[in-house]
Amino acid sequence: MSGTVITVTSGKGGVGKTTATANIATALAADGAKVVCIDADIGLRNLDVVLGLENRIVYDIVHVVEGTAKLRQAMIRDKRLPHLFLIPAAQTRDKSAVAPSDMVRICDELREEFDYIMLDSPAGIERGFRNALAPSNKVLIVTNPEVSAVRDADRIIGLVESELKGPPSLIINRIKPEMVKRGDMLSIDDVLDVLAIDLIGIVPEDETILVGSNRGNPVALDEKSRAGQAFRNIARRIKGEQVPFIDLDKNDGFFARLGKLIRPGG
Amino acid sequence: MNNLLQRLTGRGQPPSKDVARDRLKLVLIHDRTDISPAIIEQLKDEIINVISKHVDIDRDGVEIKLQQAEHENRLIADIPLIKNPRRRR
Repeated sequence: MSGTVITVTSGKGGVGKTTATANIATALAADGAKVVCIDADIGLRNLDVVLGLENRIVYDIVHVVEGTAKLRQAMIRDKRLPHLFLIPAAQTRDKSAVAPSDMVRICDELREEFDYIMLDSPAGIERGFRNALAPSNKVLIVTNPEVSAVRDADRIIGLVESELKGPPSLIINRIKPEMVKRGDMLSIDDVLDVLAIDLIGIVPEDETILVGSNRGNPVALDEKSRAGQAFRNIARRIKGEQVPFIDLDKNDGFFARLGKLIRPGG
Repeated sequence: MNNLLQRLTGRGQPPSKDVARDRLKLVLIHDRTDISPAIIEQLKDEIINVISKHVDIDRDGVEIKLQQAEHENRLIADIPLIKNPRRRR
């Protein structure tokens, strides 16, 4: 068995990388896959709190790199899903504690056992991003429908392509259908037109995300959450299923039409 | 559709998302190529000088622009020749 390493990155901070990583990993694991997520944001760890696993940390990835702990000792099993694990970042160190070659080595070991290894990249284009990119088989770029986030996404796309990592896929996060409708937010089409990459997910702005992270419960497990549905759809697309894009506005079918335009046949 | 209606009735400014999209496109052309508008101007002057050594061109009509399609960028030079130029030498 050889698992797939998926890097979630964005360039700009605060667009929802960690939320996306936690939820996609959760959705994949809930669907039966063996999944491990790695927080590559050393010094600013957060994937642990989003997953609600912050109280279980003993060892982290820097311990593994430095040989203080074995890989298995740093893997925290999720409290809900038996096939989901987290390898946390160190909180008191910085990005230089890990090298891209360390990440490659760790991921090679994890590929033996897991279907998916999800790497939560830090913001920026420096060492931490390089660490998260080095072992990657598939890159997911998270952006928001705003000028600064899309600009940074474009920069990241260029860097990923120059590393010959294959074409990255785009997640447009925090879209507000009512703002798009009145012409005050870039539409899915606008963003795709500018970035010219494959779309893998549209996630609506949704209050359940904050409630979920308050409690440490990813919304991917909440059947009623629209954002949760969007993340479950992304997970299915990662597995190769053809899933129609979420209907953000059921009243006039605007997004349904858009979905067809973007990817014929859903 | 709302936007169109708004424009037809002449109400207000263009939708802010159109402004955002246009600004993005412009900033990305320069980000992607690392060619600033100032460099384009300089290129234009130098191209005019080189070409006009050999051919009579309409200096004011010369246009140099960056064009993008997908992930490919091109530098497009449009250099009009002067109509029926009489030989000077």
